[in-house]
Amino acid sequence: MIKVRHIFTVLLSFGLLLLLTGCKIAVLQPRGYIATDERELLITAVLLMLIVVIPVIILTAVITIRYRASNTKAKYTPDWGHSTLLEIVWWAIPLVIIIVLATLTWIYTHRLDPYKPIVGKNKPITIEVIALEWKWLFIYPDQNIATVNYVQFPVNTPINFLITADAPMNSFQIPQLGGQIYAMSGMQTKLHLIADQTGCYRGRSTNFSGDGFSGMKFIAHVTTQAKFNNWVSTVKKSSKQLTMDSYNKLALPSENNKVEYFSSAQKDLFNDVIMKFMMPPMKNMPASSTGATCSK
Amino acid sequence: MLEKLLFGNLTLDAIPFHTPIIMGAGVFMGLVALVVIGCLFYFKKWTWLWKEWLTSVDHKKIGIMYIILAFVMLLRGFSDAIMMRLQQAVAVSPHLGYLPPEHYDQVFTAHGVIMIFFMAMAFVFGLINIIVPLQIGARDVAYPFLNSLSFWLTVVGAMLVNVSLVIGKFAATGWLAYPPLSELAYSPGVGVDYYLWALSISGIGTLLAGINIFVTIIKMRCPGMTLMKMPLFTWSVLCSMVLVIIAFPILNMTLGMLFLDRFMGMHFFTADFGGNAMLYVNLIWAWGHPEVYILVLPAFGIYSEIIPTFCKKKLFGYAAMVWATVVITFLSFIVWLHHFFTMGAGADVNSFFGITTMIISIPTGVKIFNWLFTMYRGRITFTTPMMWTIAFIITFTIGGMTGVLMSVPPVDFQLHNSLFLVAHFHNTIIGGVAFGLFAGFTYWFPKAFGFKLNETLGKCAFWCWVTGFYLAFMPLYVLGLMGMTRRLNHYPASTGWHPYLVVAAIGAAIIFCGIMFQLAQLVVSIKNRDKNRVTGDPWGGRTLEWSIPSPPPFYNFAFTPVVDNRDAFWEMKQKGLVNAHEPYQDIHMPKKTSLGFVIGILSGIFGFAMVWSIVWLSIVSGIAILACVIARTFNFHIDYYVSAAEVEQTERELLNRA
Repeated sequence: MIKVRHIFTVLLSFGLLLLLTGCKIAVLQPRGYIATDERELLITAVLLMLIVVIPVIILTAVITIRYRASNTKAKYTPDWGHSTLLEIVWWAIPLVIIIVLATLTWIYTHRLDPYKPIVGKNKPITIEVIALEWKWLFIYPDQNIATVNYVQFPVNTPINFLITADAPMNSFQIPQLGGQIYAMSGMQTKLHLIADQTGCYRGRSTNFSGDGFSGMKFIAHVTTQAKFNNWVSTVKKSSKQLTMDSYNKLALPSENNKVEYFSSAQKDLFNDVIMKFMMPPMKNMPASSTGATCSK
Repeated sequence: MLEKLLFGNLTLDAIPFHTPIIMGAGVFMGLVALVVIGCLFYFKKWTWLWKEWLTSVDHKKIGIMYIILAFVMLLRGFSDAIMMRLQQAVAVSPHLGYLPPEHYDQVFTAHGVIMIFFMAMAFVFGLINIIVPLQIGARDVAYPFLNSLSFWLTVVGAMLVNVSLVIGKFAATGWLAYPPLSELAYSPGVGVDYYLWALSISGIGTLLAGINIFVTIIKMRCPGMTLMKMPLFTWSVLCSMVLVIIAFPILNMTLGMLFLDRFMGMHFFTADFGGNAMLYVNLIWAWGHPEVYILVLPAFGIYSEIIPTFCKKKLFGYAAMVWATVVITFLSFIVWLHHFFTMGAGADVNSFFGITTMIISIPTGVKIFNWLFTMYRGRITFTTPMMWTIAFIITFTIGGMTGVLMSVPPVDFQLHNSLFLVAHFHNTIIGGVAFGLFAGFTYWFPKAFGFKLNETLGKCAFWCWVTGFYLAFMPLYVLGLMGMTRRLNHYPASTGWHPYLVVAAIGAAIIFCGIMFQLAQLVVSIKNRDKNRVTGDPWGGRTLEWSIPSPPPFYNFAFTPVVDNRDAFWEMKQKGLVNAHEPYQDIHMPKKTSLGFVIGILSGIFGFAMVWSIVWLSIVSGIAILACVIARTFNFHIDYYVSAAEVEQTERELLNRA
């Protein structure tokens, strides 16, 4: 037993050390208020559960050592198998903890609902996200630009991500800014995030989507409003434009894509990508094919 | 044209000659098979194998074969695990590791499928088969032929997965094969077809086994054993079988619909033409969540048998334990959505499923406390089964905590699909299920074989497993918090993940030593079996299985026991009662049959033919299966009587041996 606990202690202190000194524990180093709340909730829930978990671990150790067969001095009651009082105690304690945790869950699940728009002092920016095989396409409908595997937005500004896929199911996440939501073909999901510090944050697909999945990552660059505006005008100078044709080329499977800028994006491209699954072309469909629209 | 007619889509290209790792594994498997076959010829054991094992309907032998399958599959599943850990330990940019994605993706898919369906499930059913009839004082299961059929269908499923390694490829979709990735549009090869047929065939086997064991427990308990006097292992198995009966049809139907999508161009789950992948995800988890309780409930039952035995004390709070098990059974059906909070359901739906999930921790917590207070004021002997149990209590408590943590939807948004999740479910499945199965294996091994396993090697295996487990999976929790996603083939060095993955790989290597010790333990124990012979009751047991000789005669009980209390055998020993009522009587037993084995093999051929679209073979094997089933229906000579004289003679011999 001592060995197990020993190893556990070493690992725990190793972990704690990293939490204190490390600089890469994304979930514990939030840079936006959604992620901050999620971290607070995580810590509260752990502490609540430790009320039971720590006594259980201590009890296990104490009982196994004290009541070992070689310790004949310890009390031995072979037929004692029931105590109403004790059983009430250990139905009640977890029950109380779960009531508290359930209440927190209800409140926070509603407060941090990814579909709930964030109210901030700045006007929200809408970014449309399309998961492709195997890269992320970001379209800024208001700025009329598009990017691949790179997204930039201003600090302290609510961002409304509208998400879909033209690929197997993916999941869109920027851990330091908050939780994820699935990207699914023919459907639109939403994620509302906000960053309260500037910086470069990792983002990626977290739901396995095929061979190129590991390279399906992007950078989320949070800057000041001024820098964001500058960046938009830089993108505007790009020679590439996102039309349905260039989109179809982009949508072909490819791995580890570089960042790309498009100076303009065809109007309603995002909706067209969703709708093509809702109303797939019936003609020219080989009879046996199940998905000409997402053929490779 | 003729080739197409004869072999369907199967060509020589299906064998990956150019991939050394796969060919190496294939050659190795071939060599092992050759050695086994060679030994069978050399020792002239073919008739013995056929008569005593392949055609047997004896629940104890079927149980032993299930466990052999489980150990073989543990080796296969673990090789996959080692390959993954090694890949992630070296694949830090600029290196891409030694496994290309298309191979790596098959490895993690096969690992999940094999460990759940063919290691854990087979092991659970093995122990259930050996022990449940003995615990309830029965002579066999309710439907002995069905039992044999269930086993062979499971074997065939496992074999299809392994065949896919050498002929063609396996699914590269993750172990639950989410569409649209698993649809024809994104997975055009035979991989997903192998997956579908392996799991459909073994799924039918599991469903039949579930019905069989359920009926056995309900109908075949000995006189006096009311439900509330059943041993707790039997109780937990009963609940687990209820889950099998309700959940497995969902699995088979879901896989069936995916098959129709792929084979007939239907659109249940496709992205287009009105198909909806969310439907699949819901259905597969409506099976998948109960599935984890199908595995863990029997393990809970095993701990509940082991603790009273090795603490020489009555189980604390029997009634509470039973009700906690029943409550878990019920709750396990209303939590499935917690596997995909991130799909975009509203806050009300997410909160509901989050809260039902955390409620499960209440009855589970009660169980933990009851186990602890069974140990309290007991006399604990630290045998290997008891050590697994103590390690379980601590490990599972940690796993339970991280589980409740992820049942809070906003927290899950951050941790979903990360290595934190991977760490959590290994924490519960290894710490809960695997530890329990190993404990139960050591505990009941002398019952099945008549000799004990070597304790020293057992303890070496234990320490390696426990140390290895903590080293392999605690870093994964940290990696999850660092934002590392599961199923990554390679990653940039700047993430800082590399050191943790190296530690995890070392942990896996230590677990490997544990498995080697387990194999050594088996070899050494079998070699020294004559020194370690035991009587019917080697541990000071409390339940009926210990009241008969080890190994039990093929009819188990010469006299049907009569029970009037919990811990029936303990009671008998205390009161000095002997469960014998001369004179001996004729015993009604089922006859051997080869049909279970034959139907199993035919199902395997059918599955293989369907995977490769070999039309004639599918038709022939399909008709043959049907013919066998019909033939069995019209066979009225399926049982016989063991004469009283033979029973008397067997019992005398057993008595003299002891």
